[in-house]
Amino acid sequence: MKNKLKVLRAEHNYTQEDLADIIGVSRQTINAIEKEKFDPSLPTAFRISKLFKLPIETIFSFEEN
Amino acid sequence: MIKERKKNLYNLAIWTWSWVATLAIATFGSKYIWDDHRVLTALAVSVNFVHGILMIIANRKMFNNFDELERKIHLESLALTLGLAVVVGLSYSLLEVTNLIANDAEISNLVIFIGLTYLILVTINTRRYR
Repeated sequence: MKNKLKVLRAEHNYTQEDLADIIGVSRQTINAIEKEKFDPSLPTAFRISKLFKLPIETIFSFEEN
Repeated sequence: MIKERKKNLYNLAIWTWSWVATLAIATFGSKYIWDDHRVLTALAVSVNFVHGILMIIANRKMFNNFDELERKIHLESLALTLGLAVVVGLSYSLLEVTNLIANDAEISNLVIFIGLTYLILVTINTRRYR
């Protein structure tokens, strides 16, 4: 799954640590999502979507491997 | 989240050390302290068992506090460790039963194998998601 998390985080001047604290996950999880090594759960995706006030499909896009 | 995690880790460390300590007392106490007194030995084993259960509860609490990635890392590691423990454990036992190895198959060897395997797999899986 592709995502724009790194760009959005940079636009809002959040560090990975800041974002992890707000979303309620570890910094390693944010890093793994940004590097597209790990797909977040639905609740985490919704929390990210709510934080950046953007629809989920704008932040995350599904691509068949 | 970090504060809660530190508290859970601290609790797990305390119960793990107390379990190890009560295991040592139950193992060596009957031989060196109370000279094979059956009641005291049964009491020491019971205390060790209770501490073991409390250690498991502390571990469960810490596991439930993990986030989704950490859960995935630990679940993958646990699944592989469990599989390897069953396969290696039975092969090891078979080697002893068929007299292919001279020494007895000790359960402690399997416990050491499980511990080391889990530690290595958690390290490898954590690196995979860096």
